[in-house]
This record gives sequence, structure tokens and C-alpha cells, in this order.
Amino acid sequence: MKLINILDGLGAYLEMIFRMFVKPQKYSMFFREVFRQMYDIGIGSFGIISIVSLFIGAVTSVQFGNKLMNLGIIPMWWMGGMVRDTVILEMAPTITGLLLAGKVGSNIASEIGTMRISEQIDAMEIMGVNTYSFLIAPKVLGAVLIVPALTTLGMFIGIIGGMISGVLGGYFGQDEYIYGLQDDFNGRYMLIMFIKSFVFPFLISSIASFKGYYVKGGALELGKSSTDAVVLSSIAIVFFNFFIAYFLL
Amino acid sequence: MIEVIGIEKSFQAQRVLKGIDVTFEKGQCNLIIGKSGAGKTVFMSCLVGLIQPDNGQILFDNRDIVKMNHTEKSDLRREVGMLFQKNALFDSMTIEENVRFPLDMFTNMSAFEKKERVDFCLQRVSLMGANDKYPSEISGGMMKRVALARAIVLNPKYLFCDEPNSGLDPQTAIVIDNLIKEITYEFNITTVVVSHDMNSVIEIGDYINFIYQGELWWKGDKKEILKTQNDELNNFVFPSEFMKEIKEVLREGRG
Repeated sequence: MKLINILDGLGAYLEMIFRMFVKPQKYSMFFREVFRQMYDIGIGSFGIISIVSLFIGAVTSVQFGNKLMNLGIIPMWWMGGMVRDTVILEMAPTITGLLLAGKVGSNIASEIGTMRISEQIDAMEIMGVNTYSFLIAPKVLGAVLIVPALTTLGMFIGIIGGMISGVLGGYFGQDEYIYGLQDDFNGRYMLIMFIKSFVFPFLISSIASFKGYYVKGGALELGKSSTDAVVLSSIAIVFFNFFIAYFLL
Repeated sequence: MIEVIGIEKSFQAQRVLKGIDVTFEKGQCNLIIGKSGAGKTVFMSCLVGLIQPDNGQILFDNRDIVKMNHTEKSDLRREVGMLFQKNALFDSMTIEENVRFPLDMFTNMSAFEKKERVDFCLQRVSLMGANDKYPSEISGGMMKRVALARAIVLNPKYLFCDEPNSGLDPQTAIVIDNLIKEITYEFNITTVVVSHDMNSVIEIGDYINFIYQGELWWKGDKKEILKTQNDELNNFVFPSEFMKEIKEVLREGRG
């Protein structure tokens, strides 16, 4: 029975994705919504992404630095490359994704869910509005367009955080770190980061929209759908993160 | 005119609508009344195409919404206005934006033309000067007026009202009832109202349809409702001894 429910949910999710990709009824209103979403997600998440990335980069640097210093057989300028690769491959896209799953995912699920239980979506449907295309598609497109920029920002701040904590902690000098950053740079890692930063926001925004759009009941169910959106999109992120790394590295 | 022919709807084993046949005439307030759980909301949802019935036809001037695809339904719905029980105003938009939304979405009118049309509709429901307020800043009665203004902004041929007096005090309820009645006659709209409110039944019901246990149990006009011997309908419309006495007085005075 549970398997049937899961398959049923998956089918409804795929149907929603399929219905979302249709020609917008009014381009001006569609793109206004896309830009609004980009602004909300981009500006709304700028602060938290910056703070978390700074400290993730810093703690990565401290933990690697501590270990390598104790070993004493590896030159400390390697730290630049190690922090760089860790941040590019994992920390920037995945941490950004998980943060946005909590912040943006719950926000989207609550917004659409509130519209559902207060009959606003029904009102739009009865007016003849394609609600998949008008409500969900701009959120997905807005997230997919702005999150790569946030991830790139997170990457730079993470690398800077690594340098600050390493230099202040006396693990390496600034010149050593910058030398390490430039050594043996693999452009493919950037490609993987960007693939993740397109896939993750798609998962977050579409799963959250799905949970909000199909909510039934009242405030209790709305809260549950918001929590489910965060949990499910976090699981989807770590799941796809593994497969992207497995197949592309 | 809307013709409903043999509409049936079940949810799993429960038969909610058991073959309803009814006609809603143009330019009249057609009421659907019935107890909670009688199937009124499901019937209304079938009418506006939110729920697909299992059997039957719903003909909007000979166009069957049951057989329409998504695009055809969207086209038909531009001729439909609906007043929701909870108003369904978009809370992130101002009153003016709410009323203007269908115009923004479906017309190529200039900003000036839209403003004129929005002002006309707000004036028609006696609600001027609240354009820049948000739904959370106005009263329940004002919300109903805004919802009604939004419902008529595209000049609909069909107007559906789901419990339009829900949550309103009796005086405001009468004002909303009168607005619905006036708009129906003025714009020659086919109006369908689902209501529990007995004032509405007597005041605006040109034609009344009583749904009981998923079936159309009784139909007639507001004069006939005073004379009916149908027990279920009498128990519903005149539930207390006091109301039964009022019925007798009305019947003797007007019947």
C-alpha cells in the first residue's frame, strides 16, 4: 500500500513537471513572476549563504590544516588546492542546496499551500489560468537561474574563509594558500559544481511546489507539507549529489 | 443557460451525486440549497469543472464542459465569474490588483482602460477608495464586494456564488444578496448560488433547487416554497417552530 502511495505521488509529481512546461499565457506576467522569484531567493538568501560559506570554508581549512601539520610530511601550500576542491565539489553546491531546501523550500510550500487551502488556486483555475505554468514554473525557473550565482558566491566566500582561518591559525601563509589555489586546477570540477547548482534548485523548488500545490486540509496539514518539502528535497539533494559525483567524477 | 443532465459522482463507494437534472436560466438567480453533506459543493465543483463527474453532461449554452480538454475549459472559464465562500482574494495583491488580475491575464487593454474598468466594477459594488488596501486590511463584507467585482470584471456570462453570505452579519448579507441579484439582472447573467442562508432563499431565489442526499429533491420558485408539502424541504427551510409559524403567516399573507 505504501509503495502504491509512493508511486502515485511520483506520478503526480511528474505530471506536474510535464504540465508546467507549457507556453505561458501572458509572457509579461510570467517573467515578472520569474524576476520576483529571482530577487526573493537571491537577495533573501544572500546573507545566510555568505555567513555559512565563510565558516564552512574556515572550518575546512582548520581541520585539514590541523591534520596536515601534525603529519608534517605534506607541504602546507597544498591546503589551497584542498580547500578549493572541497568547496567547489561539495561545500558550495551541497551546503547551498541544503540551506535553500530549508529556507526557500519551506517558503514555497507554505506560499502555494496557503493559496490552495484558501481557494486562491481554485479561483485562478476558474478564471482559466494555467496554475502550473503561472504559479510553479516561475518559481522553478527563478530558482534555477539565481542559485548558480549564489553557489558561485558561496564558493568564493568559502575559499576566502579558508584563507582567513588558515592564516590566522598559523597553518600557512597567504602566499602559500594562493599558490595552492592555482596549482593543479581542474576545470571539470567547476562544471560539476554548476551541474549540481542547476539540479538542486530544480529539485527544491519543484518538490516544494508539489507539496504545497497538493496540500489538503488546514493549518496542520500546511505545516506538515512544509516540513515534508524540506525533508524530501534534502533527501533528493543528497541522493542526486551522490549520483552526479559517481557518474561525473 | 446551463443545462445539467444526469450528473453522477462517486468517491470510492460513496455516491455523492445520483443523477441530477436541472436547468439554470439566463438572467435569473438560480439557488441550490441543501443540508451539509447533501452534495451541493461537489455539484458546484462539477459545474465549474474543478471536479470531473463520472457520468452526465453540463451544457453551457450547448457546450459540454465535461467533454472539454484543458484548453477548451480554460477558454470557457473566461466567460465564468465565481464568488468563493472564503473570497479567495490574492493576499499578496492590493484590492485594485486583485480586480485587475483577470484583465492583466487575459486582455490586451491599455493601463488606462484597465483602470477605468476596475474603477467601474469597484463602483458597481459600492467600494471606492480602497484600491490600495490589501485584503487583510478590509472587513469581511468588503472582501465579498471585492471578490464580486473581480468576478464580473471580464463581463462573465455565468456567475457562480458559493455560500456568498458565509461569515457575514445579516445586514451585510442582505447587501451582498441584493448586489448579486442586481448584477444578474443588469448584465443578464446566468447566476447559480449555493446557499444555506434562508434570507437568500426568500430574497433572491428566482428559481430554487433543493438537493437532498445527492438527488434533486425539489425545484420551484420562492412562492412555491411557501406552499410545498415536501417534508425534507420544509424541515430544511423552516427548521424551528418559530420559522414554521413565520411560514404560515407568509403563506396566508401572500400565498
